[in-house]
Amino acid sequence: MSSIKIELRQEDLNKIHEICDSFNNEPLELINILHRTQEHFGYLPAEVQEAIADKLNISTAQVYGVVTFYSFFTMTPKGKHPISICMGTACYVRGAEKVLDEFKKELAIQVGQTTPDGKFSLSSLRCVGACGLAPVVLVGNKTYGRVAPDDVKVILKEYE
Amino acid sequence: METIKITIDNKQVEVEKGTTILDAARKMGIDIPTLCHMRLDDLNIENKPGGCRICVVEVQGRKNLSPACITKCDNGAVIRTHTPRVMNARRTVMEFILSDHPKDCLICPKSGTCDLQDMAHRLGIREIPGQEIAAMSTYRKDTSPSIIRELDKCIMCRRCEMMCNDIQTVGAIGAFNRGFMAAVGPAYEQNLEYSPCTYCGQCVAVCPTGALTEVDHTRDVLRAIVDPAKTVVVQTAPAVRAALGEEFGMKPGTLVTGKLVTALKELGFDYVFDTDFAADLTIMEEGTEFLNRLKKFLNGDKNANIPILTSCCPGWVNFFEHNYPDLKDVPSTAKSPQQMFGAIAKSYFAEKININRKDMVVVSIMPCLAKKYESQRPEFAVDGNPDVDYSISTRELANFIRQANIDFVNLPESDFDRPLGESTGAAVIFGNTGGVIEAAVRTAYVLYTGKKLNRLDFTELRGMEGVRQATIDFDGFPLNIGIAHGLGNARKLLDEVKAGRSKFHAIEVMACPGGCIGGGGQPLHHGDSSILKARAAAIYEEDRNKPIRLSHENPYIIQLYNEFLGEPNSEKAHHLLHTHYFDKKAKIIVKQ
Repeated sequence: MSSIKIELRQEDLNKIHEICDSFNNEPLELINILHRTQEHFGYLPAEVQEAIADKLNISTAQVYGVVTFYSFFTMTPKGKHPISICMGTACYVRGAEKVLDEFKKELAIQVGQTTPDGKFSLSSLRCVGACGLAPVVLVGNKTYGRVAPDDVKVILKEYE
Repeated sequence: METIKITIDNKQVEVEKGTTILDAARKMGIDIPTLCHMRLDDLNIENKPGGCRICVVEVQGRKNLSPACITKCDNGAVIRTHTPRVMNARRTVMEFILSDHPKDCLICPKSGTCDLQDMAHRLGIREIPGQEIAAMSTYRKDTSPSIIRELDKCIMCRRCEMMCNDIQTVGAIGAFNRGFMAAVGPAYEQNLEYSPCTYCGQCVAVCPTGALTEVDHTRDVLRAIVDPAKTVVVQTAPAVRAALGEEFGMKPGTLVTGKLVTALKELGFDYVFDTDFAADLTIMEEGTEFLNRLKKFLNGDKNANIPILTSCCPGWVNFFEHNYPDLKDVPSTAKSPQQMFGAIAKSYFAEKININRKDMVVVSIMPCLAKKYESQRPEFAVDGNPDVDYSISTRELANFIRQANIDFVNLPESDFDRPLGESTGAAVIFGNTGGVIEAAVRTAYVLYTGKKLNRLDFTELRGMEGVRQATIDFDGFPLNIGIAHGLGNARKLLDEVKAGRSKFHAIEVMACPGGCIGGGGQPLHHGDSSILKARAAAIYEEDRNKPIRLSHENPYIIQLYNEFLGEPNSEKAHHLLHTHYFDKKAKIIVKQ
C-alpha cells in the first residue's frame, strides 16, 4: 500500500479525468497528458501522478519515470516568477554558471526549488535559441540577454 | 523459412532471416559476452535493451561497432567478434560501468554469483582509469520484508524492470531520472513496501549485480539452533530438493532430498520435516472446499465462487490483493503449505512433544522470497508469536551449509522425521506449474466419483506454456482446468473471471515462471532455461518414485484428522488452516 496519501479535491480529480478522456485514456499519450496536466496545476505532485496512472490503468512507477526523465516536468510548484537560466553550450561558455550561482546565492535555493514565500523558482534549461544574446535568463516570459552576475540583483529588484 | 548466409570469425553459416548476430554466433558455439541481455527460452522472456554495449562486434562495411544482441544479420554479412577494436571497446565500456559501481565485492551478497564481477574478470579489467576523481551516484538502501535494494549497484540493465512490468505486470518498479542518476525503483523513490510489489522476487532472480538481493535470515536461524531453550523445527519446500545441488556444482535436475535431510540434521535442527506434508494437507482442505463449491455451482448457486483459484503462492496472493480486491472471495481460503505447516507444528506437534509454542521455532526452507513476507503477516501469528518464525531461501540454505563446513555432495542420505515429514507424490509436484492442480485433481476425482483412478499422471496439465487449459473427465462431468504461471499470464485468466466469461471450474496460479522451481529464492539460472526444465523433470521423477501418490492416502494425514482436526473443513481445520484476504489497492481519496 502506498505511503503517500492520495488526496485530491473532486474538481481537480474531474480535471485530470477530463484531460485523460480527451486523449482517449491512451497510455501512449502519457507525455501529452502530463503536459496538459502541468499546464493546469503548475506542477505534477504525487497525488496527480497517482490519479493519472489510475485513469490510464498503468503503473505509477511508469508515470513517475516519465516525469523524472523530462526536465520540463516538475514535482514542485513553480514560483510566481519562474526563473530559468540557459545552460546551453553558448551560454555556458559565456559564464551562465556564474550567473546561476549568483541566483542561487541571492535566493538561497537550489535548481528545482522554490523560495519559501513562493515568489521565485529556479531552473536551468538547454538552449532557448538566442545564442547571440548569451548568457540568457528567462523570468516568466521576459528574456534577459548578456546577463552578468552583477545584473542578478537588478533583475530580482524588478519583481519586488 | 528464408535463410541467409553470413560469416562470423571466418566461419560461414546459414541462418534464418531475422536472426540476431548474437543468436547466430551462439548457434556456432561462439560466445559473445553479454551483460544486460538475458533470455529464457520456452518461457518467452527476453531482455534486450541493447543498453550495455558489452556485446559489440565489428560488421564489415559498417562505420560503428554493432551491439550483437539487437543487430539482425544481413545476407552476406562478415562479422568479427574479437578484433583489437572490439576488445578495446568492450574494455572501455566495462571501465565506464565500473567507474560508477561500488568496489565492495568482498562483502557483497552477490559476490561469486555476480554477472558484473564475472564480466570484469573475463575482460581482464585490472584498473578503472579516473575513478579517484569520478563522483559516484548514491542512493539510500531500502530493506523490505523480503527484498533489499542497493541502487548504488544498479547498472541499468533493466532486467528487473522487464520482469516486473512485461512478465509479471506488477509495475512496482520502473526506470526513473536520466543519465548519471538513472536507476530502477518504485514511484517517488519510495520504499518497496509502499509499492504494489508482490515480493515474487523475479527481479532478484535476474539482477546481474548486488543491487537486488534477499533479506538474509540465516544468522537468526543459527541463534535459534544454539539456544538450548528452543526446539527448532525445519520444513523444506518441494522445489528446494530439485535445485539445491546446483549450489554445490551438481548437475541441474539432480534430486538431493536425502542429502538435504542429512545436511539439516548436521546443521542442528531438532526435527527435520517436509512442507510436502502440509501440501498433502492443503489438498485435503482445498480439495474439500472446491468440491463443496462445485456442488453448489452445479445446483445453480450463483454465489458459489467458481472457478476456485489456488492460494498456495504468496506472490500470487499479494498480486490479487493489490490488483483484484473485488475478487478476494474467489481464491480458496486454504492457507499456503508453509503456513499450514507452521500452524500444525505449533499446535498438534507441540502438544505431541509437550512443549509450549513459544519455545518452538519453525524455520522454512523456501524457493521463494514472498514466503518471507507471508510468514510475517500479522494474521499468521498467535499473540504475536508467528506460526513460521523464519523463512530462508534455497540460496541462503546453501550458504549456511557452506559456512558449517558440510561436504554436501558426499553426504549420506537420510529420511525426514515423523509425523510431519511423510508425504506423497502429489505433494512433491506442488513445485512445478500445474502441480497443485494435478494433485488436487487426483484426490478430488476419487472423492467426487467414489472410483479408483486408473492413471495418476495428468500430462495434459504439465508443460511450460504460460497459460494452459485442459478438460478432465470426472466420470462423465467435464471439469475445466486453467493454469497460469507468471503473474502477467494470471492477469489474463483473472480478467476473464472478473468479466464473468471464465469457463473454468478451477484455476491454478503460480507467480513465478515455471512455478516454484523458478522461484525468486532458487539458485540463479543466469538466463539458462534448460536449468528450469531439468528441475521440473526432477520433481516429476520424485513423484514417480513415491510409494504413495495421492494426498488423501498419506497415513500421517489420516492420523492428523483422526487425532486432532476431525475432518477436512471442520471448525478446527478452519481455525488453523484457513485465512482471509485484504484489499490492498491504493485508493484515491476525495478531499471534502
